[in-house]
Amino acid sequence: MELFLHQVLAGLATGGIYACMALAVVMIYQAIDHLNFAQGEMAMFSTFIAWQLIQWGLPYWLAFGATIAISFVAGVAIERVVLKPLHNAPVLSHVVAFIALLAILNSAAGFIWDYTIKSFPTPFGNGPLFEQGLMSKHDGGMIAVTLLMLAFLYLFFRHTRIGLAMRAAAANPESARLAGIRVGWMTALGWGMAAAIGSVAGMLIAPVVFLEPNMMLSILLYGFAGAVVGGLTSPGGAVLGGFLVGIVENLAGTYIPVVGREMKLTIALFIIVAVLCVKPSGLFGRPIVTRV
Amino acid sequence: MMLRRTIETRGPPAAEVAGMATPAWRVIVFVLGIVVLATIPFVLKNFYIFQITLAVIYAIAILGLNLLTGFNGQFSLGHSAFYAIGAYTAAIMMDGFDISYIWTLPAAAMVCFVFGFLFGLPALRLENIYLALATFALAIAIPQVLKSSLVEHWTGGVQGISIIKPDAPFGLPLNSDQWLYVYTILVAVVMYVGAHNLVKSRTGRALIAIRDHPIAASAMGINVSLYKSLTFGVSALYTGVAGALGALAISFVAPDSFTFQLAVALFVGLVVGGVASISGTLFGGLFVLFVPNIAEHFSKGLAGAVYGVILLLVIYLMPTGAAGLVRLIVSRLVQQGRASGR
Amino acid sequence: MSKLLEARALCAFYGATQVLFGFDLSIEEGGITTLLGANGAGKTTTLRALCGMVRTTGDIRFDGKAIRGRATEDIVRLGIAHVPQGRGTFSRQTVEENLEIGAMTRSGRAAIDADIERVYGYFPRLMERRRQQAGTLSGGEQQMLAVGRAMMLRPRLMLLDEPSFGLAPLIVEELFGILRTLNQTEKVSMLVVEQNAALALDLAEEAYLIETGELVTSGPARQLRDDENIRRAYLGY
Repeated sequence: MELFLHQVLAGLATGGIYACMALAVVMIYQAIDHLNFAQGEMAMFSTFIAWQLIQWGLPYWLAFGATIAISFVAGVAIERVVLKPLHNAPVLSHVVAFIALLAILNSAAGFIWDYTIKSFPTPFGNGPLFEQGLMSKHDGGMIAVTLLMLAFLYLFFRHTRIGLAMRAAAANPESARLAGIRVGWMTALGWGMAAAIGSVAGMLIAPVVFLEPNMMLSILLYGFAGAVVGGLTSPGGAVLGGFLVGIVENLAGTYIPVVGREMKLTIALFIIVAVLCVKPSGLFGRPIVTRV
Repeated sequence: MMLRRTIETRGPPAAEVAGMATPAWRVIVFVLGIVVLATIPFVLKNFYIFQITLAVIYAIAILGLNLLTGFNGQFSLGHSAFYAIGAYTAAIMMDGFDISYIWTLPAAAMVCFVFGFLFGLPALRLENIYLALATFALAIAIPQVLKSSLVEHWTGGVQGISIIKPDAPFGLPLNSDQWLYVYTILVAVVMYVGAHNLVKSRTGRALIAIRDHPIAASAMGINVSLYKSLTFGVSALYTGVAGALGALAISFVAPDSFTFQLAVALFVGLVVGGVASISGTLFGGLFVLFVPNIAEHFSKGLAGAVYGVILLLVIYLMPTGAAGLVRLIVSRLVQQGRASGR
Repeated sequence: MSKLLEARALCAFYGATQVLFGFDLSIEEGGITTLLGANGAGKTTTLRALCGMVRTTGDIRFDGKAIRGRATEDIVRLGIAHVPQGRGTFSRQTVEENLEIGAMTRSGRAAIDADIERVYGYFPRLMERRRQQAGTLSGGEQQMLAVGRAMMLRPRLMLLDEPSFGLAPLIVEELFGILRTLNQTEKVSMLVVEQNAALALDLAEEAYLIETGELVTSGPARQLRDDENIRRAYLGY
């Protein structure tokens, strides 16, 4: 029982990372109605920008804020420059554009900042949060920030008109245009917000996994997993899904003998697929009603 | 909802294209193609023959993916898994059981069909993004499973398996690269003709109907679940055969050759070649093989970025893939022809 | 009365295919105009052309301002509400959210809330279902929602694309009654595309009849209704 609780707690700590990323994933899903495979690389690049700002002597929180702002602008710019020309292209072409973005950002980061591992500071301190030491202060801070962002997003989407306009633009662009909504800018705004949230995720994750161009590859996968398990239509569900994935992964690694360290990821993913087979719209997602 | 948008092609209506694709025109292209293919092994260096062999192998794998995504509307980011299963089937048969390479292809085809069909069953409940994630998971899982201690005895773990490149039979005066090229082309012809016939058949029309409107399809009496899982099986079969050929060509298999990157490459090949286009997959195969090399040629440090930029340019210039571009050009030419004919 | 919308030599294209072949159309301020024609005559395309949703040539003026070639959302912001065929429901959003979306270009919370109540006044059924996902509504309710969403824009001109399509006769009657009321009390001008010619000619004052993208005739609705030849040849009743 002791071991079980420890593993759950440790899972919660890693789950915080996934939850953070899952939130960014859901954000972009709300804005563009599909997943962005370059999201992890965007977050990684933002984190490098933060690292650079800190290297140049900016205090942590200033760098933090500046990075969020830069990422927001960059996100909007990417949508306007890279994706706008593809407006009428089939969605599969968009996915290829995401893959291209991923390759570009990854390679550019490696070129500018090279591939050596860099440590990234935490504003919350590295000591243990509780006496047993399973969860560090940083883990706690990360979870708190994630929940804060969640609350912000909930309020934004449910209770602001621009949030509603963004949802409308994503769900039915043609109809949204007929309501006078500037759909192109809503999409760009969604990209900006997703990039900003991703940058926060990156800056919170980097102290744990260290900073390097490939840091986000597997984390993005976990982020997708968390988002999908929780339901892509629900930011709250995505965060919960992220935590769940972290816990399941840890428990599977501990209790299923064949799994061990190396197959953790596999098992976690298969559990997710199993969950999806039982509940295809995710645990907390709203099933979509379509009229025939 | 999303899938229907996914498959939209912006080419001209089929009837318009069918009108001008005269058989004579097609026959000429076909014959020319055969001539070019037949001369390749005698004029190019071994290394280039090897590369073209690989490109054709990728094309077959992409064809498999296209049957699933392009014609049946099911999304997959995990076809590297079926490619790996095909490759390992061939390698284990040759290395562990000393079976001739000739038998590896039918065996790989069978094994992958079964795997694909079985995977297609739970996948029936998943759509769009959820299916993408499930297949994505499969792609991530496969290298780890191949490395795991449970199957290490057969798969050789991280080390992988080395096999011997087959020689030409009947004392044909070909070296093994040349023979493998010929062998691959022969297999490819069978596979492409098969795919063409499948798509044009009653079954093919059922697959397309399911892609375009699953509910209407089932209302017309099409067994949607069965067709969808069967398509998964056939798609895996194609990609598995490509995997087995790939194992022969490279004469080596290892878990890390079948990562998610391979799945992404196949997907990219599908889109740049043209979704729901059979001949487009050949362009896809060439793209997947050569473009990363070209990118590296430009700049070692920024190879990924160059690759990304090329990819973006390709998507901008031909949003419906190479096949879509060709269709567009041909229909423009025909229109001009008509205009000047008047 | 003055002309609210005037189109001259209006042509429209889908890709390389021309669908409208240059006709003139004008809509009186405060009136109801109907656009009739058989399947494939180009009625829907005409509405889409007016809103900048297809490639067009010619000249379109709304309230004297040239609007041809402008983005759809900018045309809408001038006060043209388009109720599309298929109704354009935001099916994942609730009924009330749909109405909110209709008012997205306006400011002033109080006025918007008042307008939502006004829509509920016209369509009590929507009030009952205000928290329900709009995708779950019946066809008639979705059509009401579409009209309600268009009202939320406070438009000067409403373009309605086959509002009677797929609805039961009783519901059609109710809907057209409400359209008439809207026109009279809210002073909304309307352009109604219909296949049900009898119904549309009863509602409208002016009528246009088109066939394969070209104008056949136009004039007061009464006149078209009473013209035996036109009725037999084009309207089928």
